[in-house]
Amino acid sequence: MSADAQTKIRSPEDLAQLRQELQRLRHPERPCLAICAGTGCLAYGVNKVIDAFHAELELRGMADRVEVLATGCPGFCERGPLLTVRPQGIFYQRIQVKDVPEIVEETLIHGRVIDRLLYQDLRTGEPVVHEADVPFYRLQRRDILWMNGLLDPTRIDDYIALGGYSALLKALYTMQPEEIVEAVKKSGLRGRGGAGFPSGRKWAEVRHAHGDLKYVICNADEGDPGAFMDRAVLEGNPHSVLEGMIIGAFAMGSRQGYVYVRNEYPMAVTNIGLAVEAARSHGLLGEDIAGSGFAFDVAIRRGGGAFVCGESSALMQSLEGNVGEPRAKYVHTSEKGLWERPSCLNNVETWANVPLIVNKGWEAFAQVGTEGSKGTKIFSLVGKIQNTGLVEVPMGVKLREIIFDIGGGIPEGRPFKAVQTGGPSGGCIPESMLDLTVDFDELSKAGSMMGSGGMIVMDDRTCMVDLARYFLAFLKEESCGKCVPCREGIARSLEVLTRICDGLGQEGDIALLQELGETLQGFSLCALGKSAANPVLSTIRYFRDEYEAHIRDRRCPAGVCKPLIEYWIDPALCTGCTACARPCPEHAISGDKKMPHTIDLLLCIKCGACYDICKFNAVLIRSGESPSPLPGEGSGEGSVPSLAVEA
Amino acid sequence: MMEPSAVDRILERHGRDPANIIAILQDIQAEVNWLPEEDLRYVCRQLDVPFSKMMSLASFYRAFSLKPRGKHIVQVCLGTACHVRGAERIADTIARELGIHAEGGTDAALQFTLETVNCLGACALGPILVIDGEYHGGMTSAKATRLLAQVKKAGDNGHDDNGG
Repeated sequence: MSADAQTKIRSPEDLAQLRQELQRLRHPERPCLAICAGTGCLAYGVNKVIDAFHAELELRGMADRVEVLATGCPGFCERGPLLTVRPQGIFYQRIQVKDVPEIVEETLIHGRVIDRLLYQDLRTGEPVVHEADVPFYRLQRRDILWMNGLLDPTRIDDYIALGGYSALLKALYTMQPEEIVEAVKKSGLRGRGGAGFPSGRKWAEVRHAHGDLKYVICNADEGDPGAFMDRAVLEGNPHSVLEGMIIGAFAMGSRQGYVYVRNEYPMAVTNIGLAVEAARSHGLLGEDIAGSGFAFDVAIRRGGGAFVCGESSALMQSLEGNVGEPRAKYVHTSEKGLWERPSCLNNVETWANVPLIVNKGWEAFAQVGTEGSKGTKIFSLVGKIQNTGLVEVPMGVKLREIIFDIGGGIPEGRPFKAVQTGGPSGGCIPESMLDLTVDFDELSKAGSMMGSGGMIVMDDRTCMVDLARYFLAFLKEESCGKCVPCREGIARSLEVLTRICDGLGQEGDIALLQELGETLQGFSLCALGKSAANPVLSTIRYFRDEYEAHIRDRRCPAGVCKPLIEYWIDPALCTGCTACARPCPEHAISGDKKMPHTIDLLLCIKCGACYDICKFNAVLIRSGESPSPLPGEGSGEGSVPSLAVEA
Repeated sequence: MMEPSAVDRILERHGRDPANIIAILQDIQAEVNWLPEEDLRYVCRQLDVPFSKMMSLASFYRAFSLKPRGKHIVQVCLGTACHVRGAERIADTIARELGIHAEGGTDAALQFTLETVNCLGACALGPILVIDGEYHGGMTSAKATRLLAQVKKAGDNGHDDNGG
């Protein structure tokens, strides 16, 4: 593919020369179709769009003049597949194969903008032409993600042309290892994987630890459900992570590194693998890196699908080929980690920050963020939100800005209820706290945590008890079972939550959950157990009334908990189209054509098929209201408390 | 069950190093779709690893299956974003259609295996259903039923577009 992949870089001059050559080949004015080929857009079927562009350009004899660039994920997953037409920077969203000829004809050839494909500002309804003006992007600060949309992650040349590996050469040729550790310390960088441990301190511990053999490890076992920023960085810009690791290895005196990557992310596995090979063939990895005499290499290990392996000591056990059980850390892994040797484990995003610190200097890095949390953080904004996607913001912005200004608020005009941060270890933050500034310390104070950066937005149709049950069910599966508080505490908490959701809760259950939670926090071996109670305790703290409604009134206010709800058809809205009757697996829906239908509650298994399919929103869910299937319509007050009969 | 020579190739690829045992199991499963006991015993003999350790590994990691899996793998994402958008309903529907447990399993005819996954990282498309590696977003129970019927009907001949 590229000119001379075999050329080894032996000095800073070599790199500068190669960069110049690569930049010459990439005229800034050359037309380029930059199409997101990240996992999200691939799931939308972007591969067919890319193929269609190639075919269309070939057909018109333009293939050699226009570049089709399959980029990493720029983050606006909601609107995928995404296309940016350069050099103008015209931004098209939700493009389909059928749009391809028109884009080539109108935009590429005649330079005209196709209004239909533009993004419309959610507030003003105005179309936005340029990528940079889309509010979702404009309000972010993309120090890490900016490159994702500009390069093909499978080509090292693209990364080098954009300035890649200059930090590594700067570190190797102009800085002492001690100086780099000091710079990372002073930058204030804290681990992006969850706990927020100061990275510089960890680096210094590893550097000064005894032993000749030391390891650096990249934790890419991104297990938090609803979090995918590490996937996007590793898939979309793997060289930035690798460069960070090589700099770290040089600073700490390590010769061997590992990337432990989640096997559920096949593209991340492939792209980091290609990056390692390309870096080797360019002399940027292996013996005598860039002619400096420093030697370091990286091996890639795929995870086995165990959430607990995101914990550092468990991950190291897994790397050694063992069951991934954590151990008590009286001795830090920076002293005795992988194979009992000093090991520095950092998360994907943490490593990707390192080249930035070296390039711009720690002073510039420390200018961004809050007192205790420096730099930017990438969040994955998901759930009941208009703009699902990756959001990179400086530490210290308000939750409200992320959710409403960048995220566009809640779909269908529904009310915001809570945002869950920090994954299964985090907590729920209610509306009253939306002006909280987002950094490591503020989120902890609110009973949640930064975690790896998942942010799940919920509206009035999310049941907080069910959510707590969901996380505990997840954690019960993922607890390794080594320590009793975690193994038993989670299982017992889950039992209590399940019975509450089933409408069988008892007085005293809330206090019991709190007691179990405190035991988990106080006595579990690792962070999985210690933080397992956060989803329960934070929902009790902020949404106690929902727990009480389940326990006392046998009612699920959000209409989620199956045993507590029933489906019914509003006769005023039903048009009698019969669409709901057909998919009903129990034939529980009856009614004549063009006449309101009814659901036989004795047959209904509450599968929701009718609810999903109704185009008139006539199928409704109710809980704890009049059980009669055909009420005269009212607010249902003074009614029989629900149909909570479930074994 | 694999030919010993095929297992040997996998072992060679990983330097016959017991530290790489997870990767070895991943590669075996990639070829035969599950981990047959004979193959595990063979690996144990070759690498001098006790069978008890092998079983503790193979049962600990979620990715490994110690039972044969169906011809088609159906994965329902139960990540938080999919959960709040009603993914359980999809899992329930598929389980009912296939006559297997909603937490996962294989049907009697070894045609379908239902698996739940903790997050595929494509949250904008949730709820997500993956059939044989192909992603289907914006799932509803009715859509899921239709997709399953399509796969059943298509048998072996070919792939079709994802419905929208």
